[in-house]
Amino acid sequence: MAEHIELDIDGRRVAVPTGVTVAAAIAHAMVDTLGSGVITRRSVSGALRGPLCGMGVCQECRVTINGRAHRLACQTPIAAGMRIETATDCGAPT
Amino acid sequence: MTQGALPDVVVIGAGIVGAACAHELAAHGLSVQVVDRAGIGTGTTAAGMGHLVVMDDTPAEFALSAWSRQLWLALAPRLLAKHAFVRCGTVWAAADEEEMAAARVRQHALQVQGIACSMLDAAQLHEAEPALREGLAGGMIVPDDAVVYAPSAAAWLLAQPVAGRIEMRADAQAVAIERHGVRLADGTTVAAGAVLVANGLDATALLAGLPLVPKKGHLLITDRYPGLVRHQILELGYIKSAHQSSGTSVAFNVQPRPTGQLLIGSSRQFDTTDPAVEPAVLARMLRRASQFMPGLPALNALRAWTGFRPATQDGLPLIGPALPGSSSHRSTWLAVGHEGLGVTTALGTARLIAAQMLGQAAPIDAAPYLPARLGSLDNESAPHG
Repeated sequence: MAEHIELDIDGRRVAVPTGVTVAAAIAHAMVDTLGSGVITRRSVSGALRGPLCGMGVCQECRVTINGRAHRLACQTPIAAGMRIETATDCGAPT
Repeated sequence: MTQGALPDVVVIGAGIVGAACAHELAAHGLSVQVVDRAGIGTGTTAAGMGHLVVMDDTPAEFALSAWSRQLWLALAPRLLAKHAFVRCGTVWAAADEEEMAAARVRQHALQVQGIACSMLDAAQLHEAEPALREGLAGGMIVPDDAVVYAPSAAAWLLAQPVAGRIEMRADAQAVAIERHGVRLADGTTVAAGAVLVANGLDATALLAGLPLVPKKGHLLITDRYPGLVRHQILELGYIKSAHQSSGTSVAFNVQPRPTGQLLIGSSRQFDTTDPAVEPAVLARMLRRASQFMPGLPALNALRAWTGFRPATQDGLPLIGPALPGSSSHRSTWLAVGHEGLGVTTALGTARLIAAQMLGQAAPIDAAPYLPARLGSLDNESAPHG
């Protein structure tokens, strides 16, 4: 069984398998609230957006990591204790 | 208007200055034909920041910029979100006590002339703009300065319902001013009662000897960082850079866009018309900006570009009748040479032009901007380099 590490996504503590990307970690954390959907950011007009290309080109997966905005979730490996902020409050109970 | 009737005025150039002039003339009931080699607001208007700022290096610069800014503030309630008008104010940052002393002099002078402006000590500056580095001496704030997205504002000005009539013709490059009108690149002539030349640096191709020189500038835009910067911020040393007449200079100038993006400037170069982004100049400009905003290198840049400010020898625009004999149309007028202040001063320029063409009085003295002053300038010194 894969080892897990803990990180913080939108204020919620989640355990995800080691070695995955931040985008995968967000998918893992959101599966309860969004099913198979993944949301990372909002467009300038407020529309919700999620990862599309998965290879660092489309820029749709930008999230704030450890306070730094516009990091590419699909290109960033997770690290223990990482603090990730998406455009949703899906981590919090609704 | 009767089909085929001559327009009263043909305006060459649909940048912010040409658009404002066309709007003002049509508001007085004239029929106006606007021609542009490309489209509305695609030249220097599109390259700039759209900072609406009171500048006070000379009494004439102050008179035109302060009045024009008032006209923008009066127009603002009618503008839409897409015009991105924000009264964000300007913060002038002082790096040291020498610049603070200069700021005090400026602040006093502006206040005496009725412009809201107050001093900021180091703590107040930090509170106003936390992204600026520690250790700056302070600065001053001009709260009624603003920003606008000039290309869309130009389109808006041309589209307003007015007493007269405006017809806009894109992809129509003026190649010569003739006795009865303006000849276009396609060989046709637009006949009109008067010709207003408002196409910035391109005017030098229509009127030989017009003393305009290009001052190249770089700008860079970042990703969205809402709230990071709240005002347009300039270093007080900007004015030193702005008035240099040779060499390459840079000065810190950052503007928060309504989207949260940041526009970062500024640079000035002479003796070049190459529009390429120059990495060495861009790097120098960003190093300068980083000295004021230490967090800047961690931001994502999206795009950099250049533009050319149409500059005159004395730093003031040419607004009024062309010099006698310089044009073959006997009623030829100029509204060019606004350098980096064309967006700010477009509305005042338009009022001055309309007042002169219609023989009416204007609220400010038009004399400092009359092209006729160049007759005497020509005899003094050759233009830069």
